[in-house]
Amino acid sequence: MTTAIDVRNLTRRFGSFTAVESISFDVRQGEVFGFLGANGAGKTTAIKMLIGLLAPTSGQARVAGFDVSTNADDVRRHIGYMSQRFSLYEDLTVRENITLYGGIYGLTDSEIRDRGDALIGTLQLGRSSDERVESLPLGWKQKLAFSVAMLHEPAVVFLDEPTGGVDPITRRQFWEMIYTVAERGTTVFVTTHYLDEAEYCDRISIMVDGRIAAMGAPAEVKQRFGAATLDEVFLGLVRPAGVQTPQSA
Amino acid sequence: MADRRSALHAFIVKEMRHILRDRQTLTILLLLPLAMVVLFGYALRNDITDVRLVVIDPTPDYATIALRNRFAGNPRFEIVATSQTPDLVEPLFRRGDADLALAFPPRFAESLSQGVPTRLLLVGDASDPNTGSTMAAYATAVITSYQAEIGATGQAVRIVPQLRMRFNPTLESVNLFVPGLIALVLTLITALMTSISLSREKERGTLEILLVSPLHPWQIILGKVMPYLLLALGNVATALLAAWAVFHVPFRGSLVLLLSASVLYSMVGLSLGVLIAALAPSQRAAMLGALAGTMLPNALLSGMIFPIASLPAWLRMMTYVVPARWFIVIARGIMLKGVGLTYLWKELAVLTVMLVVLLIAAVRSFKPRFA
Repeated sequence: MTTAIDVRNLTRRFGSFTAVESISFDVRQGEVFGFLGANGAGKTTAIKMLIGLLAPTSGQARVAGFDVSTNADDVRRHIGYMSQRFSLYEDLTVRENITLYGGIYGLTDSEIRDRGDALIGTLQLGRSSDERVESLPLGWKQKLAFSVAMLHEPAVVFLDEPTGGVDPITRRQFWEMIYTVAERGTTVFVTTHYLDEAEYCDRISIMVDGRIAAMGAPAEVKQRFGAATLDEVFLGLVRPAGVQTPQSA
Repeated sequence: MADRRSALHAFIVKEMRHILRDRQTLTILLLLPLAMVVLFGYALRNDITDVRLVVIDPTPDYATIALRNRFAGNPRFEIVATSQTPDLVEPLFRRGDADLALAFPPRFAESLSQGVPTRLLLVGDASDPNTGSTMAAYATAVITSYQAEIGATGQAVRIVPQLRMRFNPTLESVNLFVPGLIALVLTLITALMTSISLSREKERGTLEILLVSPLHPWQIILGKVMPYLLLALGNVATALLAAWAVFHVPFRGSLVLLLSASVLYSMVGLSLGVLIAALAPSQRAAMLGALAGTMLPNALLSGMIFPIASLPAWLRMMTYVVPARWFIVIARGIMLKGVGLTYLWKELAVLTVMLVVLLIAAVRSFKPRFA
C-alpha cells in the first residue's frame, strides 16, 4: 500500500454553510503532509472527517486503506491523533498515561512495558516517569503527547497544531521526532500556523474557504505563485477572503 | 474481543486513579453520607425530645404519682418542676425554661375511681405552633396509655382525639428522612460527579482523543460510570449504617432488594449526568445544570422533606418525572414497612423506563455533541 490517505470530492455542509467543498488529494505512505489554512478555512472540519469524528456530507475518504464512512472503527485502530489541546491526563503519572493509552489501543502488557521503557528512554524522562504529568514543562508534555500518540505504531498520525505555544528549540526537536517516525514509514498529517514549519513538509496544501487553493512541494508552490516565501503565497491566497466564519476552530 | 475488554479495563483503571488521586473530593464524597445522615437526622427532624414539663398537682395521690412517674420515665420528657399551685408556671414559661405544663385537678384518684369524667389540663408553649401541638400529642399519648392500663372506661380522663401512627409508632421523623437522604447522596455521586468528570474531559480536550481511539462511546460511558456506581453503593452502606447506629432507624425489608433498587436508581442518575455533560457547554454549566436539574428537585419535589400530597397540583404533576420521588417510595417501603416486589414493582418499573429513555438519549447525544 503506498497511498496512506486518499480523499475524493470530500464535502461537509452545516445547514446552508459549506465548510469543506469537494476537496481531493492523496498522501503517500511515509510522507510528511502539511495541511495549512487560515482559521475558519475548513481545516478542522476536514481533519474531523478524516479521523472519524464527523461524517462527510458527500465524497469519499480512505485512511490507512479504510473508508472513513463505512469502516470508521478500522480507521480509528490504525491512526494516531494529537490535538492542539494537551491530550494527556495531568493528574496521572507519565507511566500511567502510557499504560492507559496502550490499553485503549489493545497492546499487551509486555508491549506496553517495552514500548513505554523505550519511549521514556528516548525522551530522557527516566527520572520523571513516576511523576504526574502536570509537573513537566510544556515542551516535554508536547513531546510526550506525540510519543504516546505513536505508542500503537499507527500507519497515519494526525497532528493538529502540535507546536502551538512551545519554544523554538522544542519545536525543532519536535520536528526531528516527526522526521524519525516518517522515516520508519508512518505517514504524518500535520496542521500548523507556523509557515516556516510548512517548509519542513514534503508537500503542503493550503485551504481557503473550504477549498484547496494550492498544493505541492513547498518549492513548487512558491514557484507557481512567483513568491519568495510561503508567507507571501499564504497571504496572497488568504487576503481576498480572509473572513472569519462560524467554523473557526 | 479480548482487546475490547482490556481497553475498557484500562479506562476504568484510569477513572479510578482520577477519583483516588483527588483526595479532597474523595474525602468529601466518603464522609458526605455520614455527615448528611447525622446533620439531617438532628436538624431536620420535626419530632421533639427533652420536652421540659411542669407538673401542677394540688393533691398528690397514688394516681397522680403513677402518671407523673410515667412522664418521668419517658425519655421525651423531663420534669423540671413540680408544684401544688399554678403560680410557678407563668414565670417558667416566660423565661423559656418550660415547654409544657400538666395540671391535675384536685382529688384526681377519687374522681377516677368514681368514674366521673376527669379533666386534665395541658398547657403548651405554642410560640412555635408545630412544636406545641407535637408536644401535646406526645403528652396525650402518655396519658392515653396510662388510661388504657388502669382500665378506666371511656370517660375517665378526657383527652383530645388520639392519632395512630403506623410504621413509625414513636413518630421518629428521622426514619422518613433516611431514605430521602440515600436518594440525595446517590444523586450527588451519580449525576453531579459524572457530569463534572465528563465535562472536564470535554473541556480539556482529552475526550476528543478518546473518541478518536478505538473505544466505543458505550465503553467510554461505562468506564466513566462504573467507578462512581461502586462509590455510590459504598455510600448507601455508610448511610444505612449511620442511620442504624446513630438513630436506630429500623431495616425491615430485604437488603438485596434495596441495593438492587439503588443500582437502578444510580444508573438513572448516571445517565442523567452523561446527558447533562453532553448538553452543557462547560464544566461550570454542567455543575449548575446537575445541581438545578437533579439536586433541587430531589430535595424539594421528591417527598423527602415536603409531603407530595401537600404540594399544589401543578407541582405534584412535576414530581412524576423526578426519579427520587419513586426511589424514596421504594426505599421507605423496604426499610420501614418491609414490603417487597409485590408492592414496589410499579415504582421499579417507572425507574426502569426512565433509565431506558435516558440511556438512549445519553448515548445518542454523546457522539455528535462531543465531537
